[in-house]
Amino acid sequence: MTRPISLEINGRRYEAVVEPRTLLSDFIRHEVGLTGTNVGCEHGVCGACTVQLDEEPVRSCLMLAVQADGRSVRTVEALAGPDGHLHPLQEAFRETHALQCGFCTPGFLMSLESCLREHQDPDEHQIREALAGNICRCTGYAGIVEAVSLAARRLRARTDGARDSTQQARETDA
Amino acid sequence: MKPAPFEYDAPTKLEEALALLARHGEDAKVLAGGQSLVPLLNFRLARPARLIDVNRVAGLGGLRRRDGVLRIGALTRAAALERSRVVSLHWPLLREAVRLSGHPQIRSRGTVGGSVAHADPASELPAVLTALEARFHLHSMRGTRTLRAEELFLGFLSTALEPDELLVEIEVPPLPPCTGTAIVEHARTHGDFAVGGAAVVLTIGPPGRCERAAIVLLAAGPAPRRAAAAEASLEGRPANAKNLREAAGLAAAEVEAPFDREFRRALACELAERALTKAAARAKEAA
Repeated sequence: MTRPISLEINGRRYEAVVEPRTLLSDFIRHEVGLTGTNVGCEHGVCGACTVQLDEEPVRSCLMLAVQADGRSVRTVEALAGPDGHLHPLQEAFRETHALQCGFCTPGFLMSLESCLREHQDPDEHQIREALAGNICRCTGYAGIVEAVSLAARRLRARTDGARDSTQQARETDA
Repeated sequence: MKPAPFEYDAPTKLEEALALLARHGEDAKVLAGGQSLVPLLNFRLARPARLIDVNRVAGLGGLRRRDGVLRIGALTRAAALERSRVVSLHWPLLREAVRLSGHPQIRSRGTVGGSVAHADPASELPAVLTALEARFHLHSMRGTRTLRAEELFLGFLSTALEPDELLVEIEVPPLPPCTGTAIVEHARTHGDFAVGGAAVVLTIGPPGRCERAAIVLLAAGPAPRRAAAAEASLEGRPANAKNLREAAGLAAAEVEAPFDREFRRALACELAERALTKAAARAKEAA
């Protein structure tokens, strides 16, 4: 028994016919060919396969692809700009050595990017709570915590900057 | 690993879901948030012939407070409970419990009804719903029935839900005035399964006397259960440190554990005392 599904991944529509037992993680990697999402434990413990479903972080290994029918998925490939420019969170990860082997990194990024949308100025406790659902065997997490606060600072500066320039634009109009 | 093949239905109406359960209930599993079921499928520890996915059933989600009573649709995500202002204002114990349960990536999918139907004795929601004296509405083609926690939770991962029944709604009564609540647990890492814990609802009258107590220990036996002897020891007595400690000891004495019993009882005693102390302080603040 197979089923037709239609979903959006990173802003692009995909139509496919899948077996109901196909996990969303496998669909993303094998059917769509987006291999940035890694599969670690495949039972919801390690967080490597975290993607965003309608902007909320979810374990893609704990969802069936058929359940994503009609929904919108974001994977790590959506973070960098079309010109290859890294997302501020990715930049911060690179600068603060928040990764070594990199296997867990896509999951961390998708969890933390969603957290940064909810908390613009997270303290260390909030950051550690936000990353508790992702396991990293290399870094010891210190670099990751640093990366998140650095990225949060830069994102805040960017929105403040954007606000300033809108303000300026408005004043110029007037 | 990957799940074994199964037939799959995704009904959009409650009647449709109940008809499917009536027809296939014995061989089918209900799929809600999937945060406990899908790992079991991936490991092939569960190989149901059919999954009835209730995620698209209209009207199964949603939180409503009417006449002081909270109605939680079974498909309400843990994250929705965590974010609800009504819940944090009137039933802070539910929010406190959800925040100990898994991680944001789990709570975004995991449902209240799923956690209840899975009935893990180490799980937070079954324990706090037991302490809050929640009532559980089960529907089937044969009709509906409402159970109390004591009637619903039968044993380890086992409930009174018949194969053709679906948990549809959970009703939580209002807390009386001058009531404090708390849940305290110990887990190896944040968001992991609790090794031990205690959920407490405590009503303290004007002279500082305990009017009503509900104490439920986590991971203390096959099913979440009220610690009756400990609760009775507090009723009508001052909620002071000595009496709270004594109640914690009585609750911990009921811990059933096949191994590490001494450790688990000591842990339960300490955690119950902390939860009771917190709840008592909050009850006095509320007064």
